[in-house]
Amino acid sequence: MRSLLSTVAIGYLFGLGIVVSGMVNPAKVLNFFDIAGTWDPSLAFVMAGALAVAVPGYRLVLAARQPVFAPSFQLPDTRRIDVALVGGSAVFGIGWGIAGFCPGAALPALGTGIPDVALFVGAVVAGVVIARALRGALPVLAGGPSRS
Amino acid sequence: MPTDFTPLTSAGGGALIGLAAVFLMALHGRILGATGIVGGLLRLDDPAGWRLRAALLVGMVLAPAGFLAMTGAWPQIDIPVGREAIVIGGILVGIGATLGSGCTSGHGVCGLARFSRRSAVATVTFMAFAFATVFVIRHGMGG
Repeated sequence: MRSLLSTVAIGYLFGLGIVVSGMVNPAKVLNFFDIAGTWDPSLAFVMAGALAVAVPGYRLVLAARQPVFAPSFQLPDTRRIDVALVGGSAVFGIGWGIAGFCPGAALPALGTGIPDVALFVGAVVAGVVIARALRGALPVLAGGPSRS
Repeated sequence: MPTDFTPLTSAGGGALIGLAAVFLMALHGRILGATGIVGGLLRLDDPAGWRLRAALLVGMVLAPAGFLAMTGAWPQIDIPVGREAIVIGGILVGIGATLGSGCTSGHGVCGLARFSRRSAVATVTFMAFAFATVFVIRHGMGG
């Protein structure tokens, strides 16, 4: 129970970060990518703020023998740069540029009740299902473990 | 549609995102990736993982209401694209993040924070393609 409540709190913290940072707003995200137009560099500060905490934080945490509520840390151990990684990331970037939402921004945004957000999340779910079918059919796309 | 440059709140919000990632690693030993949360909820073969992802999602969805309670306003969300762009973009995001093993949170924050070479390649790739896509849509197609 303690573990579950703390996980809800972590989700809330993440969601609050998405909201406060402005990542939750597709207009802002798309403007970050629009250097030739209405450029808004804010997103770079989101990334910098996140890494400024996560780099030392991970270093500290991963020095421990194990996490508090789990027997071990689950870290991807693949190091291979393959077609699935690069091709998948390219497709992801195109989709992000078209819609202005990424999953991390859209999940907290669901809480506003805006129907278009739910539409986006539904489309992402469809994409995940399609990708799993593709991966089953084409071994070259099997790629590494998910850290999405 | 122009948006305000908000370096302070953006960096502060980013710090909260980083903090959430660090806490999840400290408590559960897991990478905080949003597509993994969505995709993992479709899988019923790992009840403990499913509960973890469901709990994260519940917390995330509560955040806008929390913001409303603290500031008196809902977060600003303007969607400057049509429904077809939302659907096509969403499908591509779902496909790409699944094949590429991660999205902005998984690769861009968690992966980079532990200096993963795969995550660095993924982040540079999706950023480059997002810049190119927005350029083509806004300036390359008679825009």
